[in-house]
Amino acid sequence: MSKLKTREDLVRLREELKSKEEKMQKEGKITRILVGMATCGIAAGAEETMKAFQEHIEKMGLVNVEVKPTGCIGKCSVEPTVEVQVPGMPTVIYGRVTPDTARKILEKHVAQKILLNEAIQDKPAIDIIKEGV
Amino acid sequence: MPYKRYVLICNADKCKQKKSNEIYEFINKELIAQGLKEEVQVVKCGCFGFCSEGPIVKILPDETIYCHVKPEDAKDIVQTHLLKNQVLKNLLYDNSQSRKNIGFKYDNYRKQLRIVLRNCGVIDPENIYDYIARDGYKALEKALFELKPDDIIEELKISGLRGRGGAGYPTWKKWQITKETASDIKYVVCNADEGDPGAYMDRSTIEGDPHSIIEAMAICGYTVGASYGYIYIRAEYPLAIKRLEIAINQGRELGLLGKNILGSGFDFDIELRYGAGAYVCGEETALIASIEGNRGMPKPRPPFPSTKGLWGKPTVINNVETWANVPVILTRGGKWFASIGTDTSKGTKVFALTGKVNNSGLVEVPMGTTLRELVFDIGGGIKGGKKFKAVQTGGPSGGVIPEEYLDTPIGYENLQQLGAIMGSGGLIVMDEDDCMVDISKFYIQFAVDESCGKCAPCRIGGKQLLEMLNKISQGKGDIEDIDNMKRICFAMQKASLCGLGQNTPNPVLSTLKYFEEEYIEHIKDKKCKAGKCRDLVTFTIDPAKCVGCGLCAIKCPVNCISGEKQKPHKIDQSKCIKCGTCYEVCKFGAVIRK
Amino acid sequence: MNMVNIKINGIPFKVKENTTILEAAKLVQVKIPTLCNHPDLPPSAACGMCIVKVKGSPKMIRACATFVEEGMDIITHDPEIVEVRKTVLELILSSHPNDCLQCPRNGNCELQKLAGDFGIRDVAFPQILVNHPADKSTQSLELNPEKCVKCGRCVEVCQIMQNVWAIEFIGRGFNMRIAPSADTFLNDSPCVKCGQCTAHCPVGALYEKDDTPMVWKGLRDPEKHKVVQIAPATRVAVGEAFGLEPGTLTTGKIYTALRRLGFDAVFDTNFGADLTIMEEASEFVERFLHKKGPLPLITTCCPGWVDYLEKFYPEMIPHFSTAKSPHQMVGVLSKTYYAQKNKIDPAKIFMVSIMPCTAKKYEITRTEEMFASGYQDIDVVLTTREFTRMIKSAGIDFLNLPDSEADLILGEYTGAGTIFGATGGVMEAALRTAYYFITKKELRDIDFVETRGLDGIKTGKININGTEVRIAVAHGLANVEQILLEVKAAQQTGKEVPYHFIEVMACRGGCVGGGGQPYGATDEIRKKRAMGIYEDDRSSEIRCSHQNPYIKALYDEFLGSPLSEKAHKLLHTKYHERPLYNK
Repeated sequence: MSKLKTREDLVRLREELKSKEEKMQKEGKITRILVGMATCGIAAGAEETMKAFQEHIEKMGLVNVEVKPTGCIGKCSVEPTVEVQVPGMPTVIYGRVTPDTARKILEKHVAQKILLNEAIQDKPAIDIIKEGV
Repeated sequence: MPYKRYVLICNADKCKQKKSNEIYEFINKELIAQGLKEEVQVVKCGCFGFCSEGPIVKILPDETIYCHVKPEDAKDIVQTHLLKNQVLKNLLYDNSQSRKNIGFKYDNYRKQLRIVLRNCGVIDPENIYDYIARDGYKALEKALFELKPDDIIEELKISGLRGRGGAGYPTWKKWQITKETASDIKYVVCNADEGDPGAYMDRSTIEGDPHSIIEAMAICGYTVGASYGYIYIRAEYPLAIKRLEIAINQGRELGLLGKNILGSGFDFDIELRYGAGAYVCGEETALIASIEGNRGMPKPRPPFPSTKGLWGKPTVINNVETWANVPVILTRGGKWFASIGTDTSKGTKVFALTGKVNNSGLVEVPMGTTLRELVFDIGGGIKGGKKFKAVQTGGPSGGVIPEEYLDTPIGYENLQQLGAIMGSGGLIVMDEDDCMVDISKFYIQFAVDESCGKCAPCRIGGKQLLEMLNKISQGKGDIEDIDNMKRICFAMQKASLCGLGQNTPNPVLSTLKYFEEEYIEHIKDKKCKAGKCRDLVTFTIDPAKCVGCGLCAIKCPVNCISGEKQKPHKIDQSKCIKCGTCYEVCKFGAVIRK
Repeated sequence: MNMVNIKINGIPFKVKENTTILEAAKLVQVKIPTLCNHPDLPPSAACGMCIVKVKGSPKMIRACATFVEEGMDIITHDPEIVEVRKTVLELILSSHPNDCLQCPRNGNCELQKLAGDFGIRDVAFPQILVNHPADKSTQSLELNPEKCVKCGRCVEVCQIMQNVWAIEFIGRGFNMRIAPSADTFLNDSPCVKCGQCTAHCPVGALYEKDDTPMVWKGLRDPEKHKVVQIAPATRVAVGEAFGLEPGTLTTGKIYTALRRLGFDAVFDTNFGADLTIMEEASEFVERFLHKKGPLPLITTCCPGWVDYLEKFYPEMIPHFSTAKSPHQMVGVLSKTYYAQKNKIDPAKIFMVSIMPCTAKKYEITRTEEMFASGYQDIDVVLTTREFTRMIKSAGIDFLNLPDSEADLILGEYTGAGTIFGATGGVMEAALRTAYYFITKKELRDIDFVETRGLDGIKTGKININGTEVRIAVAHGLANVEQILLEVKAAQQTGKEVPYHFIEVMACRGGCVGGGGQPYGATDEIRKKRAMGIYEDDRSSEIRCSHQNPYIKALYDEFLGSPLSEKAHKLLHTKYHERPLYNK
């Protein structure tokens, strides 16, 4: 990381990062999987779930799939929770994601664009930064 | 081949009761009938947190919400919406009725509004670039290059932000007092000690978005004239500590912490200090004593830390949640923040909704949301269909609120008037199986364990209250105990040195206020209807109902149930520890709890 | 200093800015009840008795810790406030043992007084006591956690006033108690036994070890020849137990009382003080004029100070005067000089010291030099408090006693001896004699007022025959650090030492404020007692130690000269480095 010495450096960095994200969203090539890794998630097994995603992505030879850790998604009673962003599909949250469910998510949702039944949770609130409200 | 549309049908308890399963089947059938099976996927979904309007059906990617759906509506949904792309107005959620003043103008059915938690669940907390990409450090940039300290305070004043640690003191005032107290050195402190049992709002905020705190503290340093900050975080939060350390290091690497930030001439750096297991160190003067390396005992106020705090210097000390609100107030404006919430309580509040609800978890709602909405919508109602009894707010310093006040909009003054407090945001839901005497005892036990011991009212008063509550729960109470407890509670409220002692009586006083009959039942009738107080409860097996399956005997932790197969079993009262396991597991209702 | 306008109980008046509500209330005849508050110490705001109402605040605030502000409208007592105070007091009583009649503070206890003032008849709450054994490990002090009301005075005194840090709060909540670090015993801690904790404790949680049974036993033994000596500071404080003003000299009555108690001979520690001056001033001259030892020379008559230096600054031991403390000198001489002169078997002599000091109880067996007579030089030390209790239990009508004299052989003293009782007195006495030793001339003006008063550190430059002698006087052990650091800094940089002669007293005010003196010492009382001491000096015929005829006789007949071999053997002692913690 190079130090930001002036305000312009920060503004430039921000613009770069924002346009990079916009480009990624527009191109619609990359699938993003966010695994909730706050303490409640980890206590429920999120670390194993994370590992399962990484292992199965490799096993299945999936490309353009990004797995990131994140904080509390907001559905603490159904941890581990995972948000799946597949381009062309609505973004959904899955609850009670065991390593096995992780595999199923990759096989069905990511690979075949089919939602898993009886596993989806509604997003608790809108994203005020994305929606600009 | 991706589907064109997805239909999400709520499958949680309440909606299931209202036949959401049938809705699922009917929609599937209709889709096949209309030949849309390949275009539309139907899935069952978890609770939407909207049970009062259930059963809920959501159509994606349209983001349409249908409420009070009946199985008969399945045809309509498929034929009108999915086939003809026409929204069914009669089933649409109409939010024009409710919550005008407490949300912002957005047509949204979701009761939660994540401002504090805006980045939690979205960014990788160990990656500062994620934070920057979402307008992170924009507020600090604005402060350093566009705003004067007075401007920042004015913005906070307009926003109406009040301390989220529980006391609700206007944040702008605290900053202003410190700004105007002349001193060569000033400090900024973040109280991340979060000692309330069952509260984990601050932990999640830090684990999910540590930079929001760092940025806010730097802004405060610029405003009041401080160049050093401390985050006092309890050692029981190792993951939060780790994420904070990573965040601080990344901030320093990028030059957003340290000397001459972004070339502005402003220096600011932050150090972590760890708590060591003392709830009292969440009290600001005890926290300051702890940072100084002294025993964590409160000091009399005035003088307040804003004028004379850490090492005698003017110090701004705020709670994690208060800090997390600051950057977004500066980027969006105080006016925007003030448009959310009620007249006196602006913005949102994060609650740890726990207890006997179906959807326990961390929720952030605009002030003014009613308790009923929190418990029965977002919370999804009481688990197991049991009867609601009370909701406890504010942790060990708070009180209980019974059914009749559930429509109270949440706010600092509102809750205080009911004898509870907002506190840091703990919200524990209780049902018919919770005993109010037992609840009081739990909180007083906590307060007695955590009392620092310095002042007599808290140290001895708490202990005496505990002894009396123990006696009452054992069926040995006297009716004078109630008046004695009230007397001690009053003295503790008036004469304790710090908030711990002053608020310890709250659970006792509020349970006495709303549930005095329960106390009297324990004393006079020696009965605990909820079945919690072990000495007042007996478990017996009704031989008429018992089929001799032996499940209770297997599960009994002390092996006090005996009986032959297929014959009625018996509990040995002399060994029974009243844990209630047999009562819970018996499928035939043969165990009687009296 | 700005004045602010406030109202108390509806009475408007002006008061200085930095006044607490507690202080301000006194101006309108209100004594707000307190328990943990003490004028010596910053307010600890613990007990909750002093709460008052201030208009505009929903809380009741502590008067002891809150400063007045412009426009404050205060109510100090209304039925609600009194009810809360009463409940708080009942709570305190519910966790306090109910054995006033067997308590060392019976009749003299601040909690007892509060309970009496509030008319407590019934404590509605059950008694819950802290269960922990008492610490009787030192020979001087006892700590009983059961009676402790957690006022925190002892901790403040030991940490802030004395800078010893022997005790601290341990544990939390109801089980919090006072103990040394790591919960060791006092004897294994840095405790120097100065007893200031016992002097500040409002109740019977910290008190001196009761040695009166040993004294009664000795008095009853027909075989023993019983001798006793009293300290300078005792004579201005004994009267307080009988209603007299602090500082009233009752020396003559004390002698009489002692004889009536059964002592065969009554000596006076002030004789020992004069003797100490002879030895110590000679030491000073040796070092100052003849460079026979390191400067500064530091006094050692205070055993609390001796223990402190041995534990905290052992590297400064060479600076200590090797002279024993005055009462030890009288002790050893009673079993040698006095015994030989009167043909008494020293094995049969029972020597009691009545001191304002708890540390003296440990001093009497400190090293083998305390047995220089061949026997334990002093058998028992009683504090002034124990002594007054003995007088009362003997039924002696102290106030109406006739005066009598001491046995002059070890009882005649000069004004220089008596001023040992006040801070600066040792220094002043030493200067009077040192002047004579150096110049061989008698001083005309022997009042060295720069040594007097309650400032924690007093310094001065004395002109002795054209040479400048730089002195420093410190009292209250917290004031020692600064002086020693100045000396060390000079030593390290090779500069001249800032002081040639230093007097240290562990207790604030000197011995008149000692840990064994009657309870309730404040600066006001210390001043009054010191005034009595200086009055004793002013009215003495002889005011310089070297002019004491009995001292002269002692040297002529027995010791030879100051610092002689015999003097060294009997009147001097050694010092050792001691650990802060024993484990």
